Amino acid sequence: MKRTIITVVGKDTVGIIAKVCTYLADNQINILDISQTIVQGYFNMMMIVDTNHISKDFGLIVEELNQLGESIGVIIKCQKEEIFNQMHRI
Amino acid sequence: MINIFEVAETNEMIEKENLDVRTITLGISLLDCIDSDLAKVNEKIYNKIHEAAKDLVATGEEISREYGIPIVNKRISVTPIALVGGAACKTSEDFVSIAKTLDKVAHEVGVNFIGGYSALVSKGMTPADELLIRSIPQALAVTERVCSSINVGSTKTGINMDAVKLMGEMIKKTAEATKEQDSLGCAKLVVFCNAPDDNPFMAGAFHGVTEADKIINVGVSGPGVVKTALSKVRGESFEVLCETIKKTAFKVTRVGQLVAKEASKRLNVPFGIVDLSLAPTPAIGDSVADILCEIGLEYAGAPGTTAALALLNDQVKKGGVMASSYVGGLSGAFIPVSEDQGMIDAVVAGALSLEKLEAMTCVCSVGLDMIAVPGETKDTTISGIIADEMAIGMINQKTTAVRLIPVIGKGVGETVEFGGLLGYAPIMPVNPFSCDAFVNRGGRIPAPIHSFKN
Repeated sequence: MKRTIITVVGKDTVGIIAKVCTYLADNQINILDISQTIVQGYFNMMMIVDTNHISKDFGLIVEELNQLGESIGVIIKCQKEEIFNQMHRI
Repeated sequence: MINIFEVAETNEMIEKENLDVRTITLGISLLDCIDSDLAKVNEKIYNKIHEAAKDLVATGEEISREYGIPIVNKRISVTPIALVGGAACKTSEDFVSIAKTLDKVAHEVGVNFIGGYSALVSKGMTPADELLIRSIPQALAVTERVCSSINVGSTKTGINMDAVKLMGEMIKKTAEATKEQDSLGCAKLVVFCNAPDDNPFMAGAFHGVTEADKIINVGVSGPGVVKTALSKVRGESFEVLCETIKKTAFKVTRVGQLVAKEASKRLNVPFGIVDLSLAPTPAIGDSVADILCEIGLEYAGAPGTTAALALLNDQVKKGGVMASSYVGGLSGAFIPVSEDQGMIDAVVAGALSLEKLEAMTCVCSVGLDMIAVPGETKDTTISGIIADEMAIGMINQKTTAVRLIPVIGKGVGETVEFGGLLGYAPIMPVNPFSCDAFVNRGGRIPAPIHSFKN
């Protein structure tokens, strides 16, 4: 399974998760795991998602999530999981 | 499964500590472009590079987007042109026509540098090698993206002092030919001892004759990441210090390995090596000198600098080697002056001299790099500096290099601005005493003995 990590960082506000999840649902992206903390007043969320069934180009998803983040006032990054596995697992 | 803290750590490295993949370099053999007809050579070179590299930049950007890791440069290295053009080029101008072809194709495929306008003359020069070397000033003046490197010595062969003398002259001529741009041409010209065949970093990259037809080599970076990691262990023992550098180097290199494997798969070109270098940029926080300060020095150049750099270089390799299936290239900490804000600060503060930099090159890659010297520095003095640096490489069985920029019309105390990744540099004083008689002897320094090491 191709897994992807989505991170959302920014000032906490109402509806961040809702908006991100709506976008993911609209694009056939299944959420496998969510963890979330507030660090020094900043909203910090990580989702592990399954991007096997996306119909759009992966680069476009990255771009659209980026724009969604800008519209909410947070930073949304969407990265393939391998970069984290490579760095943190032998 | 990956947790939120690990993800945050990686992204922090990328966003705040300038972690990036410095370069994906596509090595292309041009040996099959050899022809006795110059027009045909140029045509074959253009076609081969264009075909091989047409997707390089787009692929690099795609990988960068998908993994969220910046890939700063996409570059090409080719077979040393003295070999490729030898049968066709009868004059230096003929070689310049090949440089123009390389520049044109580099522009068209969108890479920012193409390396390999090179000659390997560690023992002797063929007529073609000499023609190419003599064409360098013009070639670098009329092209924008072509990089040149000349290997003038090795541990196995000794040092070709005729070539060292000639390169002193050519560096000055290149400076003259590009004096309108503060002698920028010299920033694209490196003189090597023990040059590696698979170096992905410019200006010294070329595709060695021992390499396959095409190969992907990747250079990682991350001085900012190492510095930040070390800031968390201030005051701790050398054991803790070294362990921290190793662990950080491992993480940085793994990213390079991932990018290299992906690029190799997508471009259908074999993966060559990851170069484990700590390569600084002029950006604040992306400095090797800052790491030395974090280790405990007031400025790079203070007593202890050579030892600090030695341990840094060694730990980076120890951490990095396990992270990649193939390691090669230059692999070590780079200490360019103009490309490293901490180095510039050290020079301005009077902490760092050319002589101390020379000592530092004994324990790290690569050599006297991006150092601006007065424009009136004599050709023979430049040759003398090259000879010293080549001797360090030859005796210590390591790669050393010289990239000096005699800035025409400027002297000590003035500053020269190259822009972009090349940065800016204060002009450093050079020892004023003569080495004319030494450089003018002619011939070569014999290969060193490989026993009785002391």
